[in-house]
Amino acid sequence: MTLAASLTEAGNTSAGEAVVFWVLAPLMVLGALGLLLSRRTVHVAVSIAGVMVGLAILYIAQEAHFLGFVQVVVYTGAIMMLFIFVLMLVGVDASDSLVETLSGQRWIGVLAGTGLGVLLVTAVTRASFAAPQGLEAANADSNPVGVSRLVFGDFVLAFEATGALLVTAALGALILTHRRRLGRKVGQRETADARVLGGGRLTPLAAPGVYARHNAMDVPALDPYGNPIEESVSRVLRIRGQEAAAEEFAMRELSEADLVPEDQHLETTEDVPTTEEGGEQ
Amino acid sequence: MSVHTLTAARLPFADLVAPVAPSGVWQESAWLLVAIPLVSAAILLLAGKRSNRWGHWLGVAASAASFVIGALILVSLLGVPAEQRVVELHLFDWVSVGQLSLNAGMRLDPLSLTFVMLVTFVGTLIHVYSVAYMEHDKDRRRFFAYLNLFVAAMLLLVLGNSYLLLFVGWEGVGLASYLLIGFWNYRTEYAVAAKKAFVANRVGDLGLLLAMMTLFASVGALDFASVFAAVGSLDSSTVTILGLALLLAACGKSAQFPLQSWLGDAMAGPTPVSALIHAATMVTAGVYLVVRSAPIYEAAPNAQLAVVVVGAITLLFGAIVGCAKDDMKKALAASTMSQIGYMMLAAGLGPIGYAFAIFHLFTHGFFKAGMFLGAGSVMHGMNDQVDMRRFGGLARYMKVTWITFGLGWLAILGVPPFSGFWSKDKIIEAAFVPVEGAEWRAWVFGTVVLVGAGITAFYMSRLFFMTFHGEKRWTTAAEGAEQHPHESPRLMTWPMIVLAVGSVALGGLLSINSAFTTWLEPVTGHAEHHEPVLPVPVIMAATLVLVAIGLFLAWRQYAASTVPVVAPAGSLLTRAARRDLYQDEVNDLALVQPGAYLTRSLVYGDRQVVDGAVTGIAHGTVGLAERLRKLQTGYVRSYAATMLAGVVVLLVVVLVTRI
Amino acid sequence: MSLTNYLVLATLLFTIGATTVLLRRNGIIVFMGVELMLNATNLALVTFSRIHGNLQGQVFAFFVMVVAAAEVVIGLAIIVSIFRTRRSASVDDVNLLRN
Repeated sequence: MTLAASLTEAGNTSAGEAVVFWVLAPLMVLGALGLLLSRRTVHVAVSIAGVMVGLAILYIAQEAHFLGFVQVVVYTGAIMMLFIFVLMLVGVDASDSLVETLSGQRWIGVLAGTGLGVLLVTAVTRASFAAPQGLEAANADSNPVGVSRLVFGDFVLAFEATGALLVTAALGALILTHRRRLGRKVGQRETADARVLGGGRLTPLAAPGVYARHNAMDVPALDPYGNPIEESVSRVLRIRGQEAAAEEFAMRELSEADLVPEDQHLETTEDVPTTEEGGEQ
Repeated sequence: MSVHTLTAARLPFADLVAPVAPSGVWQESAWLLVAIPLVSAAILLLAGKRSNRWGHWLGVAASAASFVIGALILVSLLGVPAEQRVVELHLFDWVSVGQLSLNAGMRLDPLSLTFVMLVTFVGTLIHVYSVAYMEHDKDRRRFFAYLNLFVAAMLLLVLGNSYLLLFVGWEGVGLASYLLIGFWNYRTEYAVAAKKAFVANRVGDLGLLLAMMTLFASVGALDFASVFAAVGSLDSSTVTILGLALLLAACGKSAQFPLQSWLGDAMAGPTPVSALIHAATMVTAGVYLVVRSAPIYEAAPNAQLAVVVVGAITLLFGAIVGCAKDDMKKALAASTMSQIGYMMLAAGLGPIGYAFAIFHLFTHGFFKAGMFLGAGSVMHGMNDQVDMRRFGGLARYMKVTWITFGLGWLAILGVPPFSGFWSKDKIIEAAFVPVEGAEWRAWVFGTVVLVGAGITAFYMSRLFFMTFHGEKRWTTAAEGAEQHPHESPRLMTWPMIVLAVGSVALGGLLSINSAFTTWLEPVTGHAEHHEPVLPVPVIMAATLVLVAIGLFLAWRQYAASTVPVVAPAGSLLTRAARRDLYQDEVNDLALVQPGAYLTRSLVYGDRQVVDGAVTGIAHGTVGLAERLRKLQTGYVRSYAATMLAGVVVLLVVVLVTRI
Repeated sequence: MSLTNYLVLATLLFTIGATTVLLRRNGIIVFMGVELMLNATNLALVTFSRIHGNLQGQVFAFFVMVVAAAEVVIGLAIIVSIFRTRRSASVDDVNLLRN
């Protein structure tokens, strides 16, 4: 099927195509602006879907029939639907406030965008192209045939690679979004049994020692037999050699003189009744 | 004939007497004069405490050996006619590089041998004196090492045949002076005095270095023979610069104005040091330099005038300061400064004055050293006190000291027939000799010299009377030190006696038939006799009258009436003289403060500018980094904005360059 | 009209898509802006293929579409999983590298 898409001798499009273009182009720009400026995310999605459809029509107007259909099927049909699904998932009423939080971002954005647009438009309009040739000859066996000749001929390697890419992407999406547990859930009883069977320490590590004259994390605690417990001091200190010896801080043997002398014992008052006296009475 | 035409006729100087080679074993061994004391000093310093018992005798022996060798060389020179009395002894080639060729050698001529005799004779006497004076000092051996070092350096100074060797000796005596002034350096003020002396000397050394550099640049050699031969071919500005630079060097070493501030403080050293170095020998090295460089000064009359002016100023300066000093040694130091002013003035008068300058130097060495040794003897007997206001009436208790000191006093006053009269009077006559074209010079300088003689009489008599006559004003036990003045031991009195004999007789003896001036002629040239503006008898009478007036005034104030123990307030001039005419303040204002300011500003510049630049770069980097860090907002969108902005810039560049 | 009008349109769409990426906070909308940029590029490619008279531009656009599809799949999966943990789809929350 041929549409009125052929070019004139001077390289200009036919009048019909011009009409199509001038009708669609503003609509598409409006749609894109809707993408930029809408507050409700669903409006955004619908606007961009509209832009995609407009693009499909333009492809067909430019004698890229295959691409136009693929655009509708893939982009508008699959990709935009994906977007809308995710939007629903995320929450359709989570409206995106248009107040800018980053300082200066709006101005930079507008400036850069405008600058980019101006520059690119300038570049494009001042570039000199060869006289447009149209796709009459290339589409001689119809556009899909011509495209497939290139895809499976000159670019078959790229084709295979993108195939692999697609497979990978599908797998990736599956993995990223999988929510169900893959194995059986291990309960607390099973975890505890595995720990006992595995041997090793079951109890928590001992804390460092606290002595009459020292209270720090570099002195080991003593076990009931009086031997220092190595693991009570941090492993790093042990490796560095900064562990202190426990004997330095142990209590001295009390000599007679160290004991509190008689006359300094606590005074007891006379009239505290003893239990015996109280009991006898 | 006037002095000027005489001067013009005597250039080039080198034709006066051509140097000859040494003859005889003693002349060829002249290097021993320097080597023996130097080796002795090395031994004494290196042997250390082991040599404490015999070290001082080694020092005395080394000095005496130099004297003996010097005397033998003198005798050998006296045996040859005058035309052969300038002997150059080549020692070794020192530096031989390209066009620069410096040889080390010795010049034995009347001038240098006069100095050799003075240094070794007076030096040996002072060595003997020091054996007893420093008996109780545990560092006596080191003292003798330094004394020997000084003798070696001084002999090298006067015997060197080039400005370079002279400079080596010059620095050596400066070093020895520093070491000896600061001998008791555990007292901070003594160490500071030593430093002050060294620094003032250094300023003078700058002059000598400048002169040597100028000589090397213009003449290409530094030895006396080549320099004096080439003086005639130098232009007048170069020669004037040479003369002024050498004058600066002489001022530093001889404590002349404006570098005179160190001499008073140098009395911090032991008295033998003051006697040897700061009276007889080292301070006269400046006069030696000027007289040795006579050809240069002959060719630069302006420099010569500067020498005379400096001598005149210092003469009066020292005399005024000496009138107000109560410290005996400082008064003698001021006297030394003034007498060397006489010598410089004479040396600046030209050929008519050279010989008398050296003559006065020679006699001054004897009587001033004798007076310093006497002062040391007084200090020894009075528990090392120096305040003359606490002396008085010592004549009875220290007879030998009194007599020897008195003979030296009469000599310095210029009382005939003692030595000082013969030398100083000739200087006064020479000062009155008119100079063609500048009549004022004779009158001005002659008057200065006359007045100086009068003031000298006053303050030296003041010193003598305050110390030895009048009532006893000694400190009592209540004031902390009871005084028992006694005569000094024989090792101290015999050198004083010998020097006193010299003070009495030497001047007269050497003036017979103008023996001394004739002896010096191969170096100083023959000076025609000129008439001074006043007749000679008038000058002589005027001098004696002024001397008598000074003596009488001093006697009236210090011997006949009581001397206050505490110094009275005094007039403005007295107060200024007590403070050395504010020399320290002037030095401070003119040199120290600007120097300190310069240093401070350099430090400031270093800190602010140089360091500031470096730390400024560091701070700038940090500041820039802090500002750049703000770009890392962490937000994806600002990164995206940066990327987009970059793309835009890229596009602009591409489009602009291709359009 | 000449074919450069298509190019101008493509440029405009591209610019608007880029600005969207900068100015919108919702991750999904940013993603949609990216898609718009890709589509604008496709339009330009198709126009160029028409100018040059061969189909290579169209083939290029085809591959772009395929890759964009794969990218959308993964991107949305990521957004979904992020949303599950953080309950927010704002791209401004990802700012731990701040300063």
